[in-house]
Amino acid sequence: MGKVVVVTSGKGGVGKTTSTAALGAAVAKTGKKVALVDFDVGLRNLDLIMGAERRVVFDLVNVIQGSAKLSQALIRDKRVETLFLLPASQTRDKDALTEEGVGEVIERLRSVFDYVFCDSPAGIERGAQLAMRFADEAVIVTNPEVSSVRDSDRIIGLLDARTMKAEQGEQIAKHVLVTRYDAGRAARGEMLNIDDVLEILSTPLLGIIPESQDVLRASNLGSPVTLSEPLNSAARAYIDAAKRLEGEDLPVVVPFERKGFLDRLLGRRAA
Amino acid sequence: MNLLELFRRRGSAPVARERLQVLLAYERRNRSQPDLVSILREEIMAVIAKHVQIDQDYLKVSMDRGQTMSTLEIDIQIPNKSATPLAMAG
Ligand SMILES: Nc1ncnc2c1ncn2[C@@H]1O[C@H](COP(=O)(O)OP(=O)(O)OP(=O)(O)O)[C@@H](O)[C@H]1O
Ligand SMILES: [Mg+2]
Repeated sequence: MGKVVVVTSGKGGVGKTTSTAALGAAVAKTGKKVALVDFDVGLRNLDLIMGAERRVVFDLVNVIQGSAKLSQALIRDKRVETLFLLPASQTRDKDALTEEGVGEVIERLRSVFDYVFCDSPAGIERGAQLAMRFADEAVIVTNPEVSSVRDSDRIIGLLDARTMKAEQGEQIAKHVLVTRYDAGRAARGEMLNIDDVLEILSTPLLGIIPESQDVLRASNLGSPVTLSEPLNSAARAYIDAAKRLEGEDLPVVVPFERKGFLDRLLGRRAA
Repeated sequence: MNLLELFRRRGSAPVARERLQVLLAYERRNRSQPDLVSILREEIMAVIAKHVQIDQDYLKVSMDRGQTMSTLEIDIQIPNKSATPLAMAG
């Protein structure tokens, strides 16, 4: 039986879709069978980030409503043959997803794939709650910034209350993934540092993804950064995070910026 | 900015951290219990309705949270014409 991992955040635009694609591709590259499910009905983007936008024929809603088979809707990645995408629908109303229907699709994916990654929509409403409903684990994507951390805290509350696992009295495994981390700004005290974020959220760290031009370039090209430029700093951080997700015990290194002359003069500490 | 400002500047992250810790401690406490303001609102409304008939919209209940103390503000408007005391009407 595969693992179901929801990638969630509360706040919008923090890097959920980017992280779903990058982590999923990194895991699939190790030979595991991986399905990426886009839950952002009406605002699908995972297809674009994966470079599969022109291959979408059927979507999650078609499968739930019975107008397409699951095997027809799944799109196999052209680069990694164990990687698949189940797109969200673009035009239908948000109530098209039913809890029962989602549950059935997830259970079928779970029986075939080693990992099912659910890319959650922003917010804490129905769509986000459906995306997390059947998850075994959660990756909480957080930017080191007050509103993102606050929303992550609310999402953690929901994960502990509204998921199937929680309702059955079990614990859903939670991991914080800090993205868009700017070492220079953290060192200058302009941005919350990693220890602050982890202390406030009291949830273990999956990884730290630096702010990087490579991520933008990868999405322009329609390829997860872990496939297109695996040696770049953001890609390496995602690959390490994927290994930790699979249970490997890898220490997290906080990215740091070399101290400049002025910083040394002023006695500022690097992160 | 001049050199003096550069020395004085300590960064805003410690303030952010502090504010978050206070806010989240509050939000977590309240997550498990139903919203106090809406409970108060409902009960106040019930008490008023025993004596005067007013519309839901005429009752405003709000809470202003301070560090050590909070202020509960209750604003009830009773329209002169339509609000007939029930005792007199009955
Ligand atoms: N590490 C990074 N460095 C630079 N830019 C990034 C990084 N991670 C994400 N971005 C950019 O941030 C933007 C939002 O990312 P993304 O779409 O993954 O967020 P999201 O959480 O899925 O958003 P939504 O809530 O709208 O679904 C994109 O333009 C993406 O390229
Ligand atoms: Mg997204």
